[in-house]
Amino acid sequence: MRAAVIVFPGSNCDRDMAVALKAAGADVSMVWHKDANLPDNVDLVAIPGGFSFGDYLRCGAIAAQSPICKAVVAHADRGGYVLGVCNGFQVLTETGLLPGALMRNANLKFICKTVGLKVETSDSAFTEGYNAGDSVAFPVAHHDGNYTVDPEGLAALVAEDRIAFTYADNPNGSINNIAGVLSANRRVLGMMPHPERAVDAGHGGTDGQALFRGLVGQFAQA
Amino acid sequence: MKARVHVMLKNGVLDPQGEAVRHALGTLGFDGVNGVRQGKVIELDLADGTSEATINEMCEKLLANTVIESFSVEVV
Repeated sequence: MRAAVIVFPGSNCDRDMAVALKAAGADVSMVWHKDANLPDNVDLVAIPGGFSFGDYLRCGAIAAQSPICKAVVAHADRGGYVLGVCNGFQVLTETGLLPGALMRNANLKFICKTVGLKVETSDSAFTEGYNAGDSVAFPVAHHDGNYTVDPEGLAALVAEDRIAFTYADNPNGSINNIAGVLSANRRVLGMMPHPERAVDAGHGGTDGQALFRGLVGQFAQA
Repeated sequence: MKARVHVMLKNGVLDPQGEAVRHALGTLGFDGVNGVRQGKVIELDLADGTSEATINEMCEKLLANTVIESFSVEVV
């Protein structure tokens, strides 16, 4: 599988993401935000965590207007896979690839800790390595992770089984405890918790390995 | 010409920052503050003749996230 990790000024989880993808067997290239094109034949685009453009205006708002994001939207429109983690999730909502928005945490605090999550669906390339109902632990590190979406959007996410992960103990006020959502074609996943920070025993947990292995394995079979 | 854009969270979207400010005002002894909503003001220095439609487009494409925010434009 060929994966591209997008790097914005202020990205800080880009290398962790690349390491996690490589460990799962992906061929990874790093792509600068000013590039207008993705490398040829990319299967997965990963938008990493961090504070792109200093979170100016709104988290992810400036990054969503960068040249590479047009290519990412075109990749998704062609049915390509996209994974956005933390700031990457914020970028994906700002581009419109995923519904809703991420607001300031309800308690106004930056939250940095490992949280318990429930896998809500195994019906996606990202979550097929889990069983629905599994409990996993991933770190979160964000100030603006309070997911919100209008009632119609929420109803669609529920009806179409597009909520990928929920918090066991909601840390940030997200509606319906939502930690990660899928696009309508199930090929774009945005999530606030960091699976790439849970892939090595040295991280204190390896619950994220199944996500990357499942994703890369999808292409190994094809 | 100049324009001032006001961006506010939509009615019905909980504003935790505004709520914290309301609470702090109460702590300072200001009674009767029933609600606080916090938004932002963006001042634009524009070429003369920029249409209000163009400014609205700027708001919709970048300055406001219309999923959660509303905006109003004031040409000054």
